[in-house]
Amino acid sequence: MARALINVPAHAKKGDIIEIKALISHPMESGYRVGMNGTIIPRDIIHVFTCDYNGVEIFRADFSQAVAANPFMSFHTIATESGKLVFRWSGDKDFEATETAEIIVE
Amino acid sequence: MTGRVFIAAVLAALLAPALADEIPRAQRRSGYDAMSPQTRAMQDNESENPATLWVLDGEASWRKPEGEANKSCADCHGDASSMKGVAARYPRFDAARGKPVDIEQQINICRVERQKATPFAYESHELLAMTAFVARQSRGMPILPDKAAGAAKTVAEGQRLFTQRRGQLDLSCAQCHDDNWGRSLGGASIPQGQPNGYPLYRLEWQSVGSMRRRLRNCLSGMRAELWPVDAPEYVALEMYLMARAEGLRMESPAVRP
Ligand code: HEC
Ligand code: HEC
Repeated sequence: MARALINVPAHAKKGDIIEIKALISHPMESGYRVGMNGTIIPRDIIHVFTCDYNGVEIFRADFSQAVAANPFMSFHTIATESGKLVFRWSGDKDFEATETAEIIVE
Repeated sequence: MTGRVFIAAVLAALLAPALADEIPRAQRRSGYDAMSPQTRAMQDNESENPATLWVLDGEASWRKPEGEANKSCADCHGDASSMKGVAARYPRFDAARGKPVDIEQQINICRVERQKATPFAYESHELLAMTAFVARQSRGMPILPDKAAGAAKTVAEGQRLFTQRRGQLDLSCAQCHDDNWGRSLGGASIPQGQPNGYPLYRLEWQSVGSMRRRLRNCLSGMRAELWPVDAPEYVALEMYLMARAEGLRMESPAVRP
């Protein structure tokens, strides 16, 4: 499976604005490049990235060919309650990756 | 880099003094110093540095038994702390082999002789990952060039290559990296060409690359003939660069634009 790095604060105060960061290994092959033998290298990109916070989607991004390899996402949310953040990436060649992180809100 | 950019470099080089002087010690700067705050933050924060993905793969293969000997690196070397400071003193002169070896070659020596496994190919994901993992353990430590008797000859050879004009543009490495560092070359700023961050994640490559890849990149920018990937010239240049960078802190795996 693809390797991902997630950065979520382990603890936060209720109402705090927290920053969430997610980096994943992925070639993001645009489908426009020509390989050694003159044929097009098939497109292989991530289409969608989502982040759910205790089952509610709080962030979604649609990716395109213009996004570089190993895409890095950074976004903010409000710490509302303790629980789980679930990160999902999906794309070409049936690419699927899921990561989770826990947060304690007090 | 584009041709036009290099023509500008030729002009810059012609205006510069004819004889390259080495950069005085107090003025030695890592390529890091000229980077944007965003790129620096990416390098400094391990969970944002894309090279961490390679380091983690290297860590996993460090513990994996390999080859006919069915031994892992960890079986002989223990945990990662055994590699502390190692990359900061490579390439070194290997007295037993009578030649200099860089860190990638040393890793492959262990693969072939100790694990009885096939060597990793240059620039393969496996070799970059293992090198990134090993070099990571020297982060923050000062470069300690090999001063053994055998090393001096290779350092001198590296310096000769560094100051020799070559390629269609008739440029030497020193004309850019000693005489014109800090000035700009089209959109890029010319760094001193310090070796303290390798292997590193280059945004332009969208990948981790080795020192060898960096050198090949500059050679093709100079429109010079590339040496074969296993040529001793790369090790000599690298050994000179490390001697020239004595005392600079290791940043591996760094990030560069
Ligand atoms: C069977 C035991 C053994 C295994 C397995 C082994 N090594 Fe080594 N390694 C040694 C010995 C002994 C030395 C020192 C002598 C030499 O240079 O050959 C050494 C030296 C080294 C050095 C240089 C250390 C220095 O201080 O200069 C590095 C780097 C290294 N090994 C990396 C690795 C890596 C990476 C692996 C796994 C791919 C590995 N080794 C597997 C025994 C082993
Ligand atoms: C025309 C100017 C020019 C010449 C000649 C040149 N380089 Fe470079 N070099 C650059 C630039 C500019 C960069 C920064 C990356 C980029 O924009 O391509 C660079 C980057 C480097 C780096 C990486 C520095 C870092 O911080 O990671 C090293 C090492 C290096 N060069 C070594 C060499 C060597 C060795 C030679 C001779 C074989 C050489 N260069 C020839 C312009 C040059």
